[in-house]
Amino acid sequence: MSDIRDLYQELILDHSKRPRNRRPLPGADRQADGYNPLCGDRVTVFLDLENDRVKEVTFEGSGCAISTASASLMTESLKGRTLAEAKALFKRFHGLVTGEVVETEEGPGLGKLEVFSGVCQYPARVKCATLAWHTLKAALEHRHEEVTTE
Amino acid sequence: MSTATRQMEARVARPPGREAFDVQRVRADFPILAQTINGRPLVYLDNAATSQKPRAVIEAISGYYSGYNANIHRGVHALSIQATDAYERTRAKVRQFIGAAWPAEIIFTRSTTESINLVAQTYGRSKLGPGDEIVISAMEHHSNIVPWQILCGQTGAVLRVAPVDDAGDLIIDEYARLLNERTKLVAMAHVSNALGTILPVHQIIEAAHRRGIPVLLDGAQAVPHLRVDVRALDCDFYTFSGHKMFGPTGVGVLYGKRSLLETLPPYQGGGEMIKSVTFAKTIYNDLPHRFEAGTPDIAAVVSLGAAVDYLSDLGFEAIEAYEADLLAYGTEALAAAPKVRLIGTARDKVAVLSFVVEGVHAHDVGTILDQDGIAVRTGHHCAQPVMDRFGVPATVRASLAFYNTREEIDALVESLNKVVEVFG
Repeated sequence: MSDIRDLYQELILDHSKRPRNRRPLPGADRQADGYNPLCGDRVTVFLDLENDRVKEVTFEGSGCAISTASASLMTESLKGRTLAEAKALFKRFHGLVTGEVVETEEGPGLGKLEVFSGVCQYPARVKCATLAWHTLKAALEHRHEEVTTE
Repeated sequence: MSTATRQMEARVARPPGREAFDVQRVRADFPILAQTINGRPLVYLDNAATSQKPRAVIEAISGYYSGYNANIHRGVHALSIQATDAYERTRAKVRQFIGAAWPAEIIFTRSTTESINLVAQTYGRSKLGPGDEIVISAMEHHSNIVPWQILCGQTGAVLRVAPVDDAGDLIIDEYARLLNERTKLVAMAHVSNALGTILPVHQIIEAAHRRGIPVLLDGAQAVPHLRVDVRALDCDFYTFSGHKMFGPTGVGVLYGKRSLLETLPPYQGGGEMIKSVTFAKTIYNDLPHRFEAGTPDIAAVVSLGAAVDYLSDLGFEAIEAYEADLLAYGTEALAAAPKVRLIGTARDKVAVLSFVVEGVHAHDVGTILDQDGIAVRTGHHCAQPVMDRFGVPATVRASLAFYNTREEIDALVESLNKVVEVFG
């Protein structure tokens, strides 16, 4: 039996209570909406790009502690990254929370995002952790329809 | 004194007809309850999603497949006759269980959802036109909303919604005001799945019938908790599911007044629902077979009969008294728990405790409870308009059955204290 504190680590609780970069970004270059119909969590990700880099990234939405903290920490990890780095981070993060090994040496390490390593023990919560990231991916790929986790 | 003698004396000592409800004996009938989850005894509080099954139901399923699996109403051979008898015996049991006048008024479907869709697509398609109105309540399950929206799209009819007050009670005067000469159907929950409210169905039906409007009741959440008598209610349609009343998944029931069912066009076409077929003309079968096209889930229907027997043996008098005590205990315990706010405090309720923990999302609560072996539903409970009405994205719902105990409610409260501890 895993300890519930492995999932709800202090950093996650902190970001869920005081999410960073939770605000709209008027006139953002890219924007996408995500929805988890299972729990009703909604998130909108806003991106401002400069050349090939993420100049600014914010989010809006409401959800559980895992999805809110995930969106918050995602924005912190993405600022200043190139688009290729952002995509590589998506892959690594996805691997981390689903428990799948990702064979890639490219791109940046997960850093603070490692705090979500407990999620893979809770299959029902993987979608909470990945909602913001799937929405980010849609924004990067210019997809306009709402992303759902289903 | 021997144990047997003691038990006998204890039995004699009780007033006649008032057998004490022996919850431990009842729990022993449900094999699934004896397990541990995450090292803790399973505390199953998700009965409104689906109930657990007594051994008698499980054995009825395997008894059918290992003893007399055959198609029904078809063969002349022994197994087919045996299967047909068992299938039709369940129809007779269900008729008696809900107090219907005729077995022909009991139609087996896949689920409550299909029962409602059947009424929408037969009664609704044949009787409703542009501008006609259907009245529902603001606390319906999606399955008593969406079929009517589809029907409105097909016919030009309009959906009207009777409001709910802050406690989760239907505002009956507002409901009555919605009824008018264009109203062609009232479709309401008997019991709200998200809040546990028992709707004032007698008043609802009376007001509708004064204007000659038929009433469908969605009884999915009522039948596991309350004695239902469709003739005393005088409802025109009544729908429920096997799996929420300690029976199997895969079978639902539609009750309809015979005089009404006889006027309806067929639902699905196929085998069983016909008397004769030529390319020139098909003659439809009589009730109830006309609405039972195709091979049904025979094992489910047969074992639903075992569930009906089980409930009848326990008796609703005992079930209702026991659950009322659990509900009162649980309501008090949750009201006293820190940061817990009950959603749905109607005067008449079944044992459903929907709540939020202030500052904590329902899913996070659910994960922590699960860690302690406690199964609850978290989310919108397929009733998003109810969540909107109460201004919450989701709730935690502990829905009880007669096999739950006060100790399990204590475990729930203890685990909720842990939630508050983790989230500060």
